[in-house]
Amino acid sequence: MTMTAAPPEAPATHARHAPRRRLRYAGTVALFLLPSAIPLTLFTLVPMAASLWTSLHEWNLITPMEWAGLGNYTELLGDEGTRSAFLHTLVFIAGYLPLVYSGGLGLALLLNRAMAGRNLFRAIYFLPVITSWVVVALMWKWLLNPAGGMVNWALGLLGVQGPGWWTDPTWAMPSIILASAWKDLGFVMIILLAGLQAIPKEYHDAASVDGATGLKRFRYVTFPLLSPSTFFVVVISLINGFQVFDQVHVMTRGGPGGATQVVVEQVYDLTFRYGRAGTASALSWLLFAVVLLVTQLQVRAQRRWVHYG
Amino acid sequence: MARYLRYAVVLAGALVMLFPFAWAVVTSVTPDGALLSTPPDFTPDNAGLSAYRRLLEALPFWRILLNSAWIGVASTLLQLVTSAMAAYAFARLPFPGRGALFAVYLATLMVPLQVLVVPLFIEMRTFNLVDTYFAVLAPSISSAFGVFLLRQAIAQVPREFDEAALLDGAGHLRIFFHVVLPLIRPALATFAVFGFMASWNSYLWPLVIIRSPEFMTIPLGLASLHGQFTTEWNVVMAGSVISVVPILILYVFAQKHVIASVAQSGLK
Repeated sequence: MTMTAAPPEAPATHARHAPRRRLRYAGTVALFLLPSAIPLTLFTLVPMAASLWTSLHEWNLITPMEWAGLGNYTELLGDEGTRSAFLHTLVFIAGYLPLVYSGGLGLALLLNRAMAGRNLFRAIYFLPVITSWVVVALMWKWLLNPAGGMVNWALGLLGVQGPGWWTDPTWAMPSIILASAWKDLGFVMIILLAGLQAIPKEYHDAASVDGATGLKRFRYVTFPLLSPSTFFVVVISLINGFQVFDQVHVMTRGGPGGATQVVVEQVYDLTFRYGRAGTASALSWLLFAVVLLVTQLQVRAQRRWVHYG
Repeated sequence: MARYLRYAVVLAGALVMLFPFAWAVVTSVTPDGALLSTPPDFTPDNAGLSAYRRLLEALPFWRILLNSAWIGVASTLLQLVTSAMAAYAFARLPFPGRGALFAVYLATLMVPLQVLVVPLFIEMRTFNLVDTYFAVLAPSISSAFGVFLLRQAIAQVPREFDEAALLDGAGHLRIFFHVVLPLIRPALATFAVFGFMASWNSYLWPLVIIRSPEFMTIPLGLASLHGQFTTEWNVVMAGSVISVVPILILYVFAQKHVIASVAQSGLK
């Protein structure tokens, strides 16, 4: 990374032409930057500022805004709906992350050795990752249909009476977690597999010479050396987990009875169902603050458990 | 013994991954009356394409498919061009305040779409752009992620290459197109994969900004289909099947590359 090098175009000769030359250089810089700077300003920076501004107002999207100061924020912090939205989001993460990580790790370990059809398996496991969220949510909603659904039929064969899944407040969140873990399993597997393959073979050889086998080798060699990949997976999954929306909106719309009302679903409802754009904006910034804090905490904590070879 | 066990587990897992797709295909050709039959019918009698016909009557599905395809290609190309150019400026063209500007780009990377959805919607409404192609495309004209990724790639191109071209009298545009771009092709391809996947799967923003079926993208079209045919899963699955097929064909050809791109992102 070389950030500070002299402009290749500015040798100190021809002093007479320097202003024109400088102007031309500025033009070149602008030419390269404006195609991204203009859309970034219009469609990211301006909305960011507008969102902060909106969050300080009461606004139903129709009549003029009314100043509310930090009113939206203080209201949200004491609000039962906010608390349960964050709680549901955390429940989602608590179910999803361990499931997708352990499944992905298991598969990565299995596929890390030579095996007939390994590339085919890898491609199959990755298939749900490239499938759109809406398709995945619909397929699983159908599989988990309480009446005539495939999963309950299969459970019935085992003598188990299947639950109402996404129609049942207790089982709606597990349904979403199941579909999410199924979709992202291949992603986690690919990341961890790449991490496993980056571990130099000598480490394993050295461990074998020292008499370490199986579990011990995993505990003291593989897992620590895999920690950078684990860290990446955990950070990305947590960010995505806090922002979970697509699958919830398609499978349950936050229901039944608000049982899966996650934070982004709440932002959506506040805006487009209840016309409370100010409160919705404040909630989205609250969510952003939480994600930023959690990510920061992990970056801080990584020093203690992530080993860079 | 352990080898066979390992193989069995991997195989069983692969079946779990494939089964929902297979079941979607079977459901899509099942006639209405047989949908909720128990035990589920893997080879339905009177299998037919009636669900597909009804799908095409309910929504302009071919157009929706085409919308997703061209919006995906357009946003990927736009992002590639705008990001690569900015990346070149940040890697090769020093100017006062460059570090600060790059920090601004990086900062926007951290702001999630959810924060921007409401004001973006209002912005589009102000300019009368709700329910237009432009509105769907607007937030993905540029990508801070792309700028970051490609800047790393350009920084790794030895400077001797551009200096040689400079001596030959080439301007920055020439160097960019003829020297730098060909050398960062792998990074461009990686970013293209991510860009296309993100656009193809994007749901929240189209959901907010699009109303008319003729401007819908696939995720939105499918979700609205589900709203119309709540219990007619054969129609919903027919839509799902049609929408998976194009990306599946693409995936079969680009599979190695897609997976390598994702694997790389984790290694950094």
